[in-house]
Amino acid sequence: MLSAGFVLLLSAAYLGLLFAVARYGDARADAGKSIISANVYALSLAVYCTSWTFYGSVGRATSGGLSFLTIYLGPTLMLLFVGVIVKMIRISKDQRITSIADFIASRYGKSQLLAGLVTVIAVVGIIPYIALQLKAVSASLEIVLKTSSDDLVPGFLDATFVVAALLALFTILFGTRHLDATERHEGMVAAVAVESVVKLVAFLAVGLFVTYGMFGGFADLFARAAAHPDLANLLRLDASRAGTWAALILLSGLAIVFLPRQFQVIVVENVDESHLRRAVWLFPLYLLLINIFVLPIALGGLLHFQGQPFNPDTFVLTLPLSRGAEALALLVFIGGLSAATGMVIVETIALSTMVCNDLVMPFLLRSRRLGAGSGEDLSGLLIGIRRAAIVAILLLGYIYYRAAGEAYALVGIGLISFAAVAQFAPAMIGGMYWKLGTRAGALAGLVGGFAVWLYTLLLPSFAKSGWIDNGFVAAGLFGIPALKAQALFGLTGLDEISHSLWWSLFVNLGLYIGVSLLSRPDAVEAGQAERFVDVFRRSSADADARLWRGTASPGELAALLERFLGRARARQQLDAFAAARSVDDWRALPADAEFVRFAEAQLSGAIGSASARVMVASVAQEENLGLEEVLDILDEATQVRAYSRELEAKSLELEAATAELRAANERLREVDRMKDDFISTVTHELRTPLTSIRALSEMLHEDPEIASDDRTRFLGIIVVEAERLTRLINQILDMAKLESGRAEWTTSAVDVGEVAREASESLGQLFRDKGVALECVVAEGLPTVLADRDRLTQVMINLLSNAVKFVDRDKGSVQVRVGGDGDRVRVEVEDNGPGLTPEEAVVIFEKFRQGGNTMTDKPQGTGLGLPISRQIVEYFGGNLWVESRPGAGARFIFTVPLPDRT
Amino acid sequence: MAHKILIVDDEPNIVISLEFLMKKEGFEVAVAGDGEDALAKVAAFAPDLVLLDVMMPKKSGFEVCEALRADPARAGLRIVMLTAKGRDTEVAKGLALGANAYVTKPFSTKELVAKVKELLAA
Amino acid sequence: MKRSNPMRQRLAALCLFGVLLLTYPLLGLPGGDWNGLPAVYLYLFGVWAGLILLAAMVAERRA
Repeated sequence: MLSAGFVLLLSAAYLGLLFAVARYGDARADAGKSIISANVYALSLAVYCTSWTFYGSVGRATSGGLSFLTIYLGPTLMLLFVGVIVKMIRISKDQRITSIADFIASRYGKSQLLAGLVTVIAVVGIIPYIALQLKAVSASLEIVLKTSSDDLVPGFLDATFVVAALLALFTILFGTRHLDATERHEGMVAAVAVESVVKLVAFLAVGLFVTYGMFGGFADLFARAAAHPDLANLLRLDASRAGTWAALILLSGLAIVFLPRQFQVIVVENVDESHLRRAVWLFPLYLLLINIFVLPIALGGLLHFQGQPFNPDTFVLTLPLSRGAEALALLVFIGGLSAATGMVIVETIALSTMVCNDLVMPFLLRSRRLGAGSGEDLSGLLIGIRRAAIVAILLLGYIYYRAAGEAYALVGIGLISFAAVAQFAPAMIGGMYWKLGTRAGALAGLVGGFAVWLYTLLLPSFAKSGWIDNGFVAAGLFGIPALKAQALFGLTGLDEISHSLWWSLFVNLGLYIGVSLLSRPDAVEAGQAERFVDVFRRSSADADARLWRGTASPGELAALLERFLGRARARQQLDAFAAARSVDDWRALPADAEFVRFAEAQLSGAIGSASARVMVASVAQEENLGLEEVLDILDEATQVRAYSRELEAKSLELEAATAELRAANERLREVDRMKDDFISTVTHELRTPLTSIRALSEMLHEDPEIASDDRTRFLGIIVVEAERLTRLINQILDMAKLESGRAEWTTSAVDVGEVAREASESLGQLFRDKGVALECVVAEGLPTVLADRDRLTQVMINLLSNAVKFVDRDKGSVQVRVGGDGDRVRVEVEDNGPGLTPEEAVVIFEKFRQGGNTMTDKPQGTGLGLPISRQIVEYFGGNLWVESRPGAGARFIFTVPLPDRT
Repeated sequence: MAHKILIVDDEPNIVISLEFLMKKEGFEVAVAGDGEDALAKVAAFAPDLVLLDVMMPKKSGFEVCEALRADPARAGLRIVMLTAKGRDTEVAKGLALGANAYVTKPFSTKELVAKVKELLAA
Repeated sequence: MKRSNPMRQRLAALCLFGVLLLTYPLLGLPGGDWNGLPAVYLYLFGVWAGLILLAAMVAERRA
């Protein structure tokens, strides 16, 4: 048996620990070293899992089987629309948005009316949800202590009230340290992340305990349940509820963004947009883990407590206790406490900001004493209002809890709350993506949707609780059947949540779109629409500056900031602003549009955009721009943007073109260099024979006395060199023709063996003169190839004359072999000359690079024979290469492909 | 005493014509067929002037010129580079390496003889 | 910021894919038992885990 003192002490110690975490987080934030990492951010989103999840999921599973999962699948899917959430965050940072009410109001022209309406919907929708958390804490206390919670405190109080009071205190400490609500509550986020871990650990612990401690694992539990006719149904999905399934996924998907506490942690508390990359999968993973054991625990409870009275909402506590596992029960209690306190703190902070900025301030500012004329410092008052709002919200929650008790209106509130905040979706999402959405449209949609929600969901829940007559549900309002609250206009076959969601969103969306199209935005609205929808495309504050025209004095604006932010903080912000504009003293700043916008943004952070606009207008004499003028300016800005985008595209194109040009130029230069090298080499090759010819002929010409044998020798040399010159010129021209593709080819069926034989015969005399043996072996029955016969002969002669050139006189031998090689004809010319090194085997195919260094043979080669031969062979689709080792002769091989037989 | 001239070229027919030309002018002549041979002949023959082809196997004329100029004992040796490549950069390179003159092929025999005599007289 | 962010587009596509897998009529397909566990239980958690894994791969990949 756990003693009350111990449990309360433990709870207090746990809350104390959370507070320490929060203080640490705040201290680190103040020091500029944020502890909010991507993981902390993702875990803080799990504030979504309240005690309604922690205790209630099991309860839902005992009646609806797996349908509770929709509440967690929706958020998983919604988070994947990262683009929507990033846009929301970006807009909120741009506009210094502090709450979801502020977001909607700001988009539709900073409308105080709209902000107030959103706040009312949120408060009405959420207060019962807070009450549910209070109830969960006190109910869990009672179970753990096996006593009525009211026995724990002196008779004039009750335990739930004490819990509410403590939570109010806690929230005030966490949430109102700074006035500026856009300043994030990093300590609170850190504490919420810790709570998320605690509740997950506690839930997994009880899940493992039930599944593996009390039963023999998943299979055992499921098998036992399947054997039980009542429970077997829980293991199946009911296809007739397909509509409900989809509706609940949609509903929870909207709730994950539009619940005030979720908007707070996802958008307002976001430190870095890139944290979403983690959250997009880590938060769904959290949801998956916390749900794995829900069905097993539900089945375990139903099996265990068969035949006894039980409350499935408290299985997570009663199951461990039934086995005497008090420590585990205590852990579960702390987990549930985490779930409840996390929700209450964040939700209350979010709601109190909205209540203060959007309900209380507008009234206060309208009163003479606090309004525009007064110079009183209001920063203290603002904090006071916010703290009072926190207390009031929790008090309302407590009162609702007291009034509702065990009534249906409390138990079913989770989804009812979700349906309330889903009404924000059209105005929010439309506002982010549709410039034509207007304030009138948003107001009409919200009012209509909220009214339908009230009539089809909240009031029927009151009726079910017996607080009001249920005639409008049973028979329809005024007895008109079409007005039956949960079968509106005869729509039946849906559960109450889907029914309400369908009708309320239908009315909401219809009015939003319809009225928006019929109404005209005013100047402020049109400007805001532009800023919201094009938040990613906006580059300069230029249009912003031109959208405000009027006169103001820096002194008055500064005084306004001091009133709402406090003197020290206002001065600090003004100095920072002046520094950003490179001005030493803010007093020297011109009271221009930029200054006015700065002041309004600072005020927005403190009192919301709608009130801020009113206050700035009170000190700055603004000339009213007409709608046409605003639209012109925005239009112009758009045109300038489009123009600059065009310019950008043009310059990109230009850059690409320049790069292309540069590359082409580079290629040209390379070609040029190669050509230059080629010409230089050709020149060298031509000049070399010319040198001998000129020198010798000059000498012969000038000196008739030269001995006749010298004369004969010199004339011989001149003839040889002139022949060499001729050959060289012919080959250069041949090469040039081949390379430029202007060579003429006469293709016919050619017998390669015959070509080889003829070439061998035509060079026979040359071989015999040098005493070199020549053998020609041609395989039988070779098919013909398609080629130019003369060109092939040229190749053969070139190879043969090369061979004879390099073999030794009288000892040399050259073999020619012609044979088939698969789909080609292969010709080999093998000699027993000096052979080639691997390097030489490559360079001999380059122009003007000859093998061998023998002075005597040199004049015979032009250095173009092999390159030309290779060009010819490759033209016919074949290859020419050499296989050789130094000292082991060389074997030149070329192949010519056979024509396709197909 | 006749001046000694070393002819270095890998083209036999050019060597023949140069040898004949220089002998006719009364010089004592030796020939080398490549760069390495040239360095050996310079050491053995101790010429007063070298007619040096640029494009040669084993060692180019530039390398031979550089090696000769690196030897202080050969400070008085005149070097005339002969090349079939007439590009300005090569002329500049040869002169920078210490050649006394640069003659492009095909040369005028008269001018070459005049240049050789002028260098030897200086 | 680029407007057509490939990571966001991939995630959005993943969402649409998930919606199809996690709603009827596909949801009505798994029935009976798989290794002693209800098929629909395994299907829901399996698809869910798969979506999370894919989302993690898409989102955490360095651009």
